[in-house]
Amino acid sequence: MERKTKVLAEDGKQDILITREFELPVELLFKAYVEPDIVTQWMGTKVLRLESRQYGGYEFETADPQGNILFRAHGTIHDIVPGKKIVRTFEMENAGFDVQIEFLQFEPLTPDTSKLTIQMIFRSPELRDAQLKLPFAYGINMAHNRLQQIANQLK
Amino acid sequence: MDLRRDVFQAIADPTRRAILTLLAIHAMTPGAIAAHFDSSRQTISKHIQILTECELLKQEQNGREIYYHFNPKKMKEIADFIEPFRNRWDDKFNKLEAVMKQYKTKK
Repeated sequence: MERKTKVLAEDGKQDILITREFELPVELLFKAYVEPDIVTQWMGTKVLRLESRQYGGYEFETADPQGNILFRAHGTIHDIVPGKKIVRTFEMENAGFDVQIEFLQFEPLTPDTSKLTIQMIFRSPELRDAQLKLPFAYGINMAHNRLQQIANQLK
Repeated sequence: MDLRRDVFQAIADPTRRAILTLLAIHAMTPGAIAAHFDSSRQTISKHIQILTECELLKQEQNGREIYYHFNPKKMKEIADFIEPFRNRWDDKFNKLEAVMKQYKTKK
């Protein structure tokens, strides 16, 4: 499949810019971010709570078939303009990355296509780099969880 | 401990990035590198040392002179870093697009 997502992470800066063009009208693209059951479908995580309004917030959780929690994240929605933008915080729990701010901008390109721009701002350049390295860190966590499971069985 | 983080710190500094740009064109002696900057030779020498420790530069003895070379392999490693992150988001967004296309036809 063609790769349309672009990521810009300049050296020494503490933000990441992600852009992506979709073959979807902007209304549908925006809907994918505010409807809990749709978010579940593409994010692959359980949506425990999603209040898509100013002062609202959200909680996501992913567990393995045994019920062990692999991922938990939450945040607050600071600003939301339907079809235009979402400003929210995001924090992965027990990951040590601290909270990040996300600016999501939705733009129509044609009646049938749209563009999403996400700017993620981290507390420091080091934390941003750690986030970029996540596939590695995640692998380590998974290994650690597995070890924990085996250890629990021995008890 | 974490070499990769060190590489990122190494390229975070503007003077060190300028040194890498210079050496990407051709190998140079520490004196020739320092001549390009207003900073003291000691300061530049410290920058060269950091870059060498992170393997972004390689030393080569040529007679009595030491030449510094740029190591493109290490630089590529930094670029490759972003790729897994980009792939993860690309996969998610492809999923989003597929889910919403289906949603549209259902309506």
